[in-house]
Amino acid sequence: MVRFVDRRLNPKDKNLGNRRRFIKRVRATIKKAVNESVRQRKLVDMDREEKISIPSDGLAEPGFRHARQGGLRERVLPGNKTFNPGDRLKKPPGSGAGRSEGAPEGEGEDDFMFVLSREEFLDLFFDDLELPDLVKLSLKEISATEPRRAGYSVTGAPSNINVARTMRNALGRRIALKRPGTQEIRALEEEIFSLEAIMIPTARQRARLAELREELEKATRRRKTIAYIDPLDVRYNYFTDQPKPAASAVMFCLMDVSASMGEREKDLAKRFFVLLHMFLGRRYEKVDLVFIRHTHQAEEVDEETFFHSRETGGTVVSTALTQMKNIIESRYPPSDWNIYAAQASDGENFSRDSDRCTALLNNDLMKLCQYFAYIEIVDENEEVFLDDESGLELWSSYLRVAAQWPNFAMKRIVRAEDIYPVFRDLFAKRSEGVRHD
Amino acid sequence: MTETASSAKPLFDGADWSFDTLHRTYEAIEKIALDDLQLNLYPRQIEIISSEQMLDAYSSIGMPLMYHHWSFGKHYLREEQLYRKGAQGLAYEIVINSSPCIAYCLEDNSMALQALVIAHAAFGHNHFFKNNHLFRQWTDPEGIIDYLDYARNYVAGCEERFGAEEVEHILDAAHALMSCGIFRYRRPPSLSLQQESRRSQERQQQQEHSANYLWDSLLHPSRSASRDDREARKRKQKLGLPEENLLYFLERYSPVLKTGQRELLRIVRNLAQYFYPQRQTKMMNEGCACFVHFHILNEMHKKGQLTDGAMLEILHSHTNVITQPDYDDPRFSGINPYALGFAMMQDIRRICTKPTKEDHVWFPAIAGTGDWRNVLKDAWANYRDESFIQQFLSPALIRRFKMFALTDNPDDPWYLVSHIHNESGFEEIREMLSRSYDISASDPDIQIVDVDLMGDRCLKLQYTKRNGIPLDAKTRDMTLLHLQRLWGYEVRLIEKNGE
Repeated sequence: MVRFVDRRLNPKDKNLGNRRRFIKRVRATIKKAVNESVRQRKLVDMDREEKISIPSDGLAEPGFRHARQGGLRERVLPGNKTFNPGDRLKKPPGSGAGRSEGAPEGEGEDDFMFVLSREEFLDLFFDDLELPDLVKLSLKEISATEPRRAGYSVTGAPSNINVARTMRNALGRRIALKRPGTQEIRALEEEIFSLEAIMIPTARQRARLAELREELEKATRRRKTIAYIDPLDVRYNYFTDQPKPAASAVMFCLMDVSASMGEREKDLAKRFFVLLHMFLGRRYEKVDLVFIRHTHQAEEVDEETFFHSRETGGTVVSTALTQMKNIIESRYPPSDWNIYAAQASDGENFSRDSDRCTALLNNDLMKLCQYFAYIEIVDENEEVFLDDESGLELWSSYLRVAAQWPNFAMKRIVRAEDIYPVFRDLFAKRSEGVRHD
Repeated sequence: MTETASSAKPLFDGADWSFDTLHRTYEAIEKIALDDLQLNLYPRQIEIISSEQMLDAYSSIGMPLMYHHWSFGKHYLREEQLYRKGAQGLAYEIVINSSPCIAYCLEDNSMALQALVIAHAAFGHNHFFKNNHLFRQWTDPEGIIDYLDYARNYVAGCEERFGAEEVEHILDAAHALMSCGIFRYRRPPSLSLQQESRRSQERQQQQEHSANYLWDSLLHPSRSASRDDREARKRKQKLGLPEENLLYFLERYSPVLKTGQRELLRIVRNLAQYFYPQRQTKMMNEGCACFVHFHILNEMHKKGQLTDGAMLEILHSHTNVITQPDYDDPRFSGINPYALGFAMMQDIRRICTKPTKEDHVWFPAIAGTGDWRNVLKDAWANYRDESFIQQFLSPALIRRFKMFALTDNPDDPWYLVSHIHNESGFEEIREMLSRSYDISASDPDIQIVDVDLMGDRCLKLQYTKRNGIPLDAKTRDMTLLHLQRLWGYEVRLIEKNGE
């Protein structure tokens, strides 16, 4: 009695529940790893899966086991070559029981490595930011897809046949099965032809001729049975659907890097940039990143330098804005690009420079930008003394800009969860892109 | 390769399989299994699964259903990692000791491999499950799937009632004690719940009655025994101490567990018990399956039902599975149960049909009888790894494996080669190898020896050292913490030197 059951169409992710439980259990450790990786990753890479390594301690499944060392042990091993009874083998130094007593019980556990899916990674990343669920969803969701090449397959539509692969396989098979080649056959035919041309062949030549004819016939038969291209050889290009957003945008990251910006400030700033970048990445096919750092003068740098190198000097914010304006003029014509800017600073500015900033924003930049977000990172101790109205010179000048432009957002930030509200407007009206010209 | 005239047409050609070829091949295999080998089998159920599903099955200890626990997620991730990296292939099949006997076959297998897998799992393992005395005595193949279903729903229900975290704590603790949740020497209570608990209550009561009289009359004359001592003995008697099944004891007597939690322990304990025979017969079970598939497929090839190409592929996989690397080979990781099992069974066949002089001396009962089928079937039914080696490991095989014995005395700075594959070593090596397959010796011997439920409720355990081998301190302490959580009061472990 037998029953065949095809289970392949049954649901696959039987283990999802277990996986979720597992991740919940090691959440604290994973969280630390995710934070670390947020610090290390480039903005562009934020949206990926992450390999996580967890010390095995928290995951141990203990049980009563024999120790690996101590006590009298005996073991039978296969493959004796030179030993005789009574031979003594020196124990390897540093272990009472050596290799031969290796690991029969209790396997040695290294750190546990596994890959956190993009989804899970983002969940943890969003954790601190306290995003509303709807926003989380819209960031994670990938709208359109487009087919991308993903290796080869043995089945597919005829239009997807990969000729090179197919021919390579066919060639290999023909060589392996010794299918006679065209040249071989032609050589035979020529020899037959030359023999036939002889008017009075000797007995030897006649025998040779018969032999050749038979060989030729065998070869042609072999050629017929062994196909030039067999269905086995055929390979198809394989496509998988990859997510595809639309159009292009450029994102300017502006940051004050004078000595007053410490690790904490930079870390918060990075999260702020990441969030904006992810939002853009969702909506635009191509997002260019421009990093401008400034002290009393501004320069365009790469991401590494932007986040990790320190500068000394005063603080003149307008230099960064001027630099941004110049870059837009030279490289990113507003007609082709959606321009977004994110600026992070600790609020310090050279006195009287703030007015110049206001002017630059009001007269030039805000007309070009889709959106401009500014965060001022303040110390936890200072927080209590500040309200939205009061502040340093830069803050109050920016307040005036914000009053005039709806696409200008600003916020003071102390902790990671303060970041999101800056963008609230941006996420709220995500459907239409407002252009200002 | 073929000597006999190939009368039949090959059953299949090429690597692809379809349900049609599977059916035809299955029937040919079945014919040989029943007519030639005369196997005694559960009904077969063959399920085709994808690689993800195979990974799923891996992580839930090979069972088709399992309750949820984070550790299964961990195993899944580890297996998946290894598989994706290409460090490890997937098993071609998984087979479940149930009736009908379910064999999972991977969809990626070629037709030749499917034939191998069906012969191996659906017939080889199947016969072993149905006939080996350990499985017959200790497992309930008809009920296991239902029981797993019950277990999964029960755990899910508990998670709802007590919260997932609480259930997780209990399961963590129960898993830590799983290897101490087995009755080794008596048949475990069967899986049906109420009935069994009622019966065991009655049994317990009866035991108390009869035993108390016995003890009283025995103790009566010796008034010298102190009162305390006597009470302790009475108390132990009442609790059935010493008890080696820690989970069972906790389930019954733990002062802090709620009813639902006791049932969780019972579920883990029942699973541990269910897998106990597998651990004792790993080598024989695989050997039996390998022998059966090897015989059946060779017969089919002889009849012309398998093409030479298919047979070559089968032999390739077969050889991979039964390779035994030498001790100094980087691939070496102990004696391969497939290799030893298969070699021993082939050897038994050889002894029965073409015995040497030596075999006549060592195996007078079977040498030259020619009836290898029944000798093997008898062995499959009545032995386990330990006793099978003890009885059937031949000098010829010890020579072929070039076995030698190492002794590691902790006081010496060297290992001693105590025996090799020569005349004086055969018996010793056989003895030693057989001992290494004795599960009750390789699992630590831990028993509950005393507890005073009316007093301080301190649970006293005793670990009896064999050959002076201590417990691993780290895992011991962690496990004791789990034990303490289940018991609710102090737990003390004493290490004692065994004889």
